[in-house]
Amino acid sequence: MNATNRNEQKALARAVLEIDVNNHPGVMSHVVGLFSRRTYNVEGILCLPLENGQRSRIWLLVNEDERLPQMIKQGEKLEDVIAIRRHQGDHAVFQQLSGFFQS
Amino acid sequence: MTETLTGAQITIRLLERQGIRTVAGIPGGAILPIYDALGQSSLIHHVLARHEQGAGFMAQGMARVSGKPAVCMASSGPGATNLLTAIADAKLDSIPLVAITGQVARAMIGTDAFQEVDTYGLSIPITKHNFLVNSAEELLTVIPRAFEIAASGRPGPVLIDIPKDVQTQAIEIAQWPEPASPKPAQTASAAQIAEAAAMINSATRPILYLGGGVVHSGAAASAVELAEKSTLPTVMTLMALGAMPVDHPLSLGMLGMHGARSTNLILDQCDLLIAVGARFDDRATGKVAAFCPCAKIIHIDIDPAELDKIKTAHIGITADVQEALAQLLPLVHDNERSAWRQQVDTLRASFPLNLPDINQPLSHFGLIRSIADNLDDEAIIATDVGQHQMWVAQSYPLRRPRQWLTSGGLGTMGFGVPAAIGAALAEPTRTVVCFTGDGSILMNIQELITAAEEAVNLKIVLMDNASLGLVHQQQTLFYGERLFASQFKATPDFIKIAQGFGLHAVDLDHAADPTAALREALSRPGPCLIHASIDVEQKVYPMVPPGAANHEMIGN
Repeated sequence: MNATNRNEQKALARAVLEIDVNNHPGVMSHVVGLFSRRTYNVEGILCLPLENGQRSRIWLLVNEDERLPQMIKQGEKLEDVIAIRRHQGDHAVFQQLSGFFQS
Repeated sequence: MTETLTGAQITIRLLERQGIRTVAGIPGGAILPIYDALGQSSLIHHVLARHEQGAGFMAQGMARVSGKPAVCMASSGPGATNLLTAIADAKLDSIPLVAITGQVARAMIGTDAFQEVDTYGLSIPITKHNFLVNSAEELLTVIPRAFEIAASGRPGPVLIDIPKDVQTQAIEIAQWPEPASPKPAQTASAAQIAEAAAMINSATRPILYLGGGVVHSGAAASAVELAEKSTLPTVMTLMALGAMPVDHPLSLGMLGMHGARSTNLILDQCDLLIAVGARFDDRATGKVAAFCPCAKIIHIDIDPAELDKIKTAHIGITADVQEALAQLLPLVHDNERSAWRQQVDTLRASFPLNLPDINQPLSHFGLIRSIADNLDDEAIIATDVGQHQMWVAQSYPLRRPRQWLTSGGLGTMGFGVPAAIGAALAEPTRTVVCFTGDGSILMNIQELITAAEEAVNLKIVLMDNASLGLVHQQQTLFYGERLFASQFKATPDFIKIAQGFGLHAVDLDHAADPTAALREALSRPGPCLIHASIDVEQKVYPMVPPGAANHEMIGN
C-alpha cells in the first residue's frame, strides 16, 4: 500500500537550502541564528568559499516545516546573504556526503 | 591633499559628515581614543548618560522624533551589554540607530581580556546588521554603510564594534566617502495596486489598519487622504497613534488588547482589511484565527517578510507605504459608504471607550486629560511601560505623527525618561511630557541627573500606585487575586529624589489647587517632576484576556 520507502519519506520531509553569502567571520552565526532562535533544527551544514574567496556557499539540510517560507524570507533580509535557493530534500549535495557519516 | 588620521578621528569625522550633531554615551577604557577625538569636535554635542541603556534610549528618542538615525556610544564589556536592551527595543519598533562600541584590541580578542565580551555575537539577533571593524581603512566603508542600513527599507539598529587598536591606527585619507542616504525601496507593482484599488472600491465594509510603518514612511497625510476619499473607518496600532488625529471622524483609535470594544467589534464585521505598515502583532490581533474573520486582506509593507507571516494576505504588496499610497489614491473612487458608516456609528454608540472620572483632575484619566488641556499638538508625548502607558494611549488626544514615543514591541520599562530626554535634545523648542509609573521610573532613574545637566524642557508625570500595576492587574484577574511581588513594601519619596537630582518637583497630592499647580509646572521651562498618586485598584479596561479573541473583552 505504502509506495514510499523510509529514505524517500525522509527526503520528502526535508528541504535543502543553497545560500550564497559574503565570506567573513560571523556570517554563519547570522544564518544559523535565524534557525536556532526559532528552535528550528538544522540537520546538516556544508560551507565552502566560492572562486575568489570573497563569497561562500552554505548548504543547509532542514526539516520541511510550515515556517520554512518565513525562514527563507528572514534569511534574504540578512545583509550578507546574496541569494537563497530552495531544493528538494534528496538533493545530491548531502546524498553524496553520506559515506563520511557512517558510524 | 591627504591627511593622516587615526581610526578614532576618522570615526568622529564620518559622524560629523553624516550630519550627526548630538550623541549620547558613556566613555570607558576601550572607547577612550574615540572619546578623545570626540572631545575635539566642535560640531558634535556629547550627552553624558549615567547608564549605557539610558544613552541607547536617548538616541532612540532623537531618532523617533526626527526619523533619522541617531548615535549612542559605549565602551566594551559591561558598557556594550548595558546597551543591548535599548538596541533590542529599537529592533522591535524599527527605529534607526547606530550604536558604536569600543572593543579590546584585536590581539586580545578571544583571550577573556578585561572588559571583553563578544559584542558582535551578542548583538546579532537584536540588530538589523552589525560590524566588527578590522582596520581603520574599513571604517570608511563601514560607517556610511551602517547609516545606510539603519535608514533604508524597514529602519532598524546597526552596531559597530571597534577594537581599540583600530581606533588608534593612523592612516592617510585622500578622499572621504559621501555621507549615506537611505536606499530607495522597491516600488509597488502597478498591477497589484490596481487590484487593491478594485478591492477597496468594491468592498462594502472596509477598514484601514495603520501601523508604525505609516509614521516611519511619512505616509500619515496620504493615509488620512485615502481614508477620507473612500470613507474608510481607521484603526491604529500602538505604534501608529497620531498618524490620524484621534478625534478625526473616521478614527476608531487603537485596536486590540486595550482598544475600545466598539473598535474590535467593528473589525469583526469588516469584509476588507487594508493593513498599511502594520505587522499583525498579537497585542493588536488577539487570537489570530478569530481576527477579522470575514475579511479579505490587503497588506502593504516595506518588509517582504511581514507579508503572510501571521495572516495570509489576498494581496501582499512590498513597497514603501507612502509610495504605495500615492499610487493607490488616484485609483480609489470617492465613496460615501453610508450604510457602513451607520453600522460603525451604531456600534461606536453602543460600545464606546469608557474613560471614568475623566473630569476629576487627580484620577488617572483626569490627570492625562488635564495635561492635554494645558498643551497643544506641538508637544511630544512619551511614556514608559505599564498601566499608565495604556491609559495615555487610550485617552491622550494624539494628533500628529512623531508626537508619540512609546516602547511598543519590546515593552521596556525604563524607556520613558531617557527617550524623552533624547526627544527634548532633538527638538528643544517643544515641550516634552513623559508619563511614567513608579515601577518604570526606577529602572532608569539615574537619567534625571542627565535631564538636569542638559536642562531639557521635560515634564515627567509620575503616576504612582506603589505597585507594578499591570502585574497587579493580571494577578488580580487571572491568578486568583494572589498578589505577589507586585506591590512595593517600601516606596521612595519621589519629590525628594527629583529635588536631589536637581529637578523642580511638584506633588499634586498635596497641592491646594492641583489644576493650578499642574499648569504652573507645565509652563515652567526646564525639567520637572510632577507626582500624583493613583488608585492601585484601577485597571486598564477594556481588556482582551491572554489568548482570547478580540471580541471577548472584559471590563467596563
